[in-house]
Amino acid sequence: MALQQITLHVNGEDHNLTVRSADTLLFVLREKLGLTGSKPGCLNGDCGACTVNVDGWPMKSCLMLAIEAVGKQVTTIEGLHNTPIQQAFVEEFAFQCGYCTPGFIMNCHSLIEQHPDADGQTIKEWLESNICRCTSYIEIEKAVKSVLRKD
Amino acid sequence: MEVIGKSVIRKEAWDKVSGRARYTNDFQSVGMLSAQMVISPYGHAKIAGIDTSKAWQVPGVRAILSGKRYPLTGEAIRDRPPIAVDKVRYHGEPVAVVVADTPSQAKTAADLINVKYELLPVVNSPTQAFQKGAPLVHEHLGEYKKEEDSLPVPGTNIATHIKIRKGDMEQGWAESETVVEASFSFAPSDHAAMETRCATAEIQPDGTIIIMTSSQAPFMVKRLLADYFDEDMGKIIVHTPLVGGAYGGKAAVQLEVLAYLASKELGGKPVKLFNTREEDILTSPCHIGLDATVKLGADRNGKIKAAEIRYLWDGGAYSDKAIDVTRSGTVDCTGPYNIANVWCDSYCMYTNHPYAAPFRGFSHSELSFAIERTMDLLAQKLNIDPLQLRYLNAIMPGDTTPTRVRLTKSNVGDLRKCIEKLRELIQWDEGPIKVINDRFIRVKGVSCSWKTSTIDPNAPSGAILTFNRDGSINLMSGVVEIGTGTKTILAQILAEKLKMDVDKVHVRMEVDTQTTPEHWKTVASRGTYMAGRAVLEAAEDVIRQLKEVAACVLRAPEEDLEVGGSRVFLRDDPVIGLHFKDICYGYKYPNGNTIGGQIIGRGNFVLRHLTGLDPETGEGKPGPEWTPAAYGVEIELDRRDYTYRLVKACTVLDIGRVMNQKAAEGQVMGAMSMGLAFAGRETFYFDDLGRVLNPQLRTYRPLRYGENPEYVVGFVETPQLDSPYGARGAGEHGLMGMPGALGNALSLAAGVQLNHLPLIPELIWRAKEAKHHASL
Repeated sequence: MALQQITLHVNGEDHNLTVRSADTLLFVLREKLGLTGSKPGCLNGDCGACTVNVDGWPMKSCLMLAIEAVGKQVTTIEGLHNTPIQQAFVEEFAFQCGYCTPGFIMNCHSLIEQHPDADGQTIKEWLESNICRCTSYIEIEKAVKSVLRKD
Repeated sequence: MEVIGKSVIRKEAWDKVSGRARYTNDFQSVGMLSAQMVISPYGHAKIAGIDTSKAWQVPGVRAILSGKRYPLTGEAIRDRPPIAVDKVRYHGEPVAVVVADTPSQAKTAADLINVKYELLPVVNSPTQAFQKGAPLVHEHLGEYKKEEDSLPVPGTNIATHIKIRKGDMEQGWAESETVVEASFSFAPSDHAAMETRCATAEIQPDGTIIIMTSSQAPFMVKRLLADYFDEDMGKIIVHTPLVGGAYGGKAAVQLEVLAYLASKELGGKPVKLFNTREEDILTSPCHIGLDATVKLGADRNGKIKAAEIRYLWDGGAYSDKAIDVTRSGTVDCTGPYNIANVWCDSYCMYTNHPYAAPFRGFSHSELSFAIERTMDLLAQKLNIDPLQLRYLNAIMPGDTTPTRVRLTKSNVGDLRKCIEKLRELIQWDEGPIKVINDRFIRVKGVSCSWKTSTIDPNAPSGAILTFNRDGSINLMSGVVEIGTGTKTILAQILAEKLKMDVDKVHVRMEVDTQTTPEHWKTVASRGTYMAGRAVLEAAEDVIRQLKEVAACVLRAPEEDLEVGGSRVFLRDDPVIGLHFKDICYGYKYPNGNTIGGQIIGRGNFVLRHLTGLDPETGEGKPGPEWTPAAYGVEIELDRRDYTYRLVKACTVLDIGRVMNQKAAEGQVMGAMSMGLAFAGRETFYFDDLGRVLNPQLRTYRPLRYGENPEYVVGFVETPQLDSPYGARGAGEHGLMGMPGALGNALSLAAGVQLNHLPLIPELIWRAKEAKHHASL
């Protein structure tokens, strides 16, 4: 399998890496950069636990090759610090086991950036790509709406 | 109450929203090898040969485990080879394990292993398994080592048979003017925790076995590994960090054994085995299926006089925890109703399906579907309001359970109060049916449930408290943080008892079996009760020690001292006192003399008065208390194509005491969500070869954002007197009544009896068609 030298721009820093062409962005984030906040849940694009932000948009990092992320700005959950959406998730008890949480937060974070005034339908279209098995989604809905309203 | 009942923010909250929270697969170490399973593509087949030659040629391959006879594993019956030999018994069963330097090498090699199978006849349902002459899943059932109370029947597919014989059936039927009988069924399904199961193993040169696992039962991993492989129990250390959802599925011990065997094969090198989603669904244990027949008889007033029940549980290929699930389903077999005459035969059946783990509710959502659908049939036949029928027969203090436990207000709570509250919350008195127009109809269905937890009668829980020098406290408990927030509740219990700021209580989230006191297993909604009692005892221990030192320093009798606000002080003059930080590591006088020393609190708890069950009658005390609950579900059915929308779901449970408002609501709402998904859409679709056709999250679909109804949660608080602050178990109960209530609502809306799960539009259409053809 061919190895490549690439530079990834992650959470505001450049990283020079040697990767296999077939390595997913998720694999490289976790195994090469130690950014384990992005979670493998299905490796198939079904669950959204691995969602990161690429150039401002949510991306399931299991569906993107690391080499495809070259030249793009990648933000992972580790790149968010005390943002309103994180605060809202805490206050609204919008997680239980926490495994899907980074992916949900990155999706919400991207939504808030792209559609600061998103209505219920837009929120649904965005968030139905992720699965939370613990909560009832009501808590997540409250969290994301509280942040959108504040904006 | 200062802390109890408040929505205290979870202790691990910020870790979970910042990506810092670490789960088993997030721990990496240089040199950790990757294991990859080869799994059976068939439900039942003879293994005719395994060719690993091509796999060995893949660079980086270090070991291939296959074809070797390891000791049999399994909890109630030792019936499961860790890696299949001779034959495979379910789709997904491990046939080989490849270990390589990287996951991709291991996967490449695994794909090159050529296994030759010869197909065998498949046992594709528990009813089929029960037929005379059915193919046998286990030919040598009589030869397995087993627990004393597992009762397999050699020469059949019966893994165990639990009986209830209560009262006098002849008399019961004689008193019954109205009798209904119906059969129900559903196939196995999955827990679908977002974190797939993962285990690592390493054996150090001195023989120390270090396991890390995503488990609800790290202490059981230790015991079982020692037992299965004759290892020194003190040399097994099991680490469990945060767990990404479990719902019972991680109470079974499976991958740990494979990781251990793989590491052992490689002289103890560290090995990680991480399930893909497909493996997690197929290979690791699933949610049990059930075929049930329920017959109820009532007098003219609606009082139920007799119940005859047969449960055939789909334990799958190996009995593991399914035997306990079967037992649990038997002890509460009638649902929460007072019935004097009960006859129940509950069989754990072997089939060629993935084997069963516990699933949130531990048999109770499953049996509740059968019972609660039958209750609605009975109400219909009696022409009684279905909620009223449940109220009339609700189990009460003074009644006895199917296993003849005499109930008290403390141990059974108040189901009638739950029903009354539900009646208000769902506006039941408006009537169950609202016709919107020609197409749409809104209908409500109701149900009830109860649950005790049939855990080992000697199951322990322990807690240790240590101090930091600033007077804050570290709390160590063997409860695993699987998402329920129990460890935050324990901090609340401690803070309440010591009347201190809960922020000054630090909770250790990770469990390791060497230094954390044992909590049997984090299952059965028992964390708050058992670990809470242990924490209370540890708090008493700390208070006693603090007062002992303070009494000396303050020159006051211990009886005059109070503890609060991280201080020990005089009850009648609180200004005179000492801060914890001045005494928790001993009190140092100005000249350097020190008295007392490091204060360590210890507490433990074990359940009292539990017994096994009489094998002939089922008599015995299986659990300490029951949490009763009442449920309502409102749906909107499109009568044109039988699609439906979930409008509202409501649970009212007698929680004893709300310990943390938002956490409690979250547990109940999340459980409802899971119950509605189980009832409405989740199942394994099997083909004739016993293959699961939908082992992915795009074909096996939990509820997604926006598909949820409005949730309503109501609490009744009848304290369980021997539990911390009166709290009852509450983690599972929101789920249990959802299948019954949804089934009842849809049956009424569609005008047909829907007795199978999942309740998909196609099922409704088929039932409508069958009724239509029957009437022609």
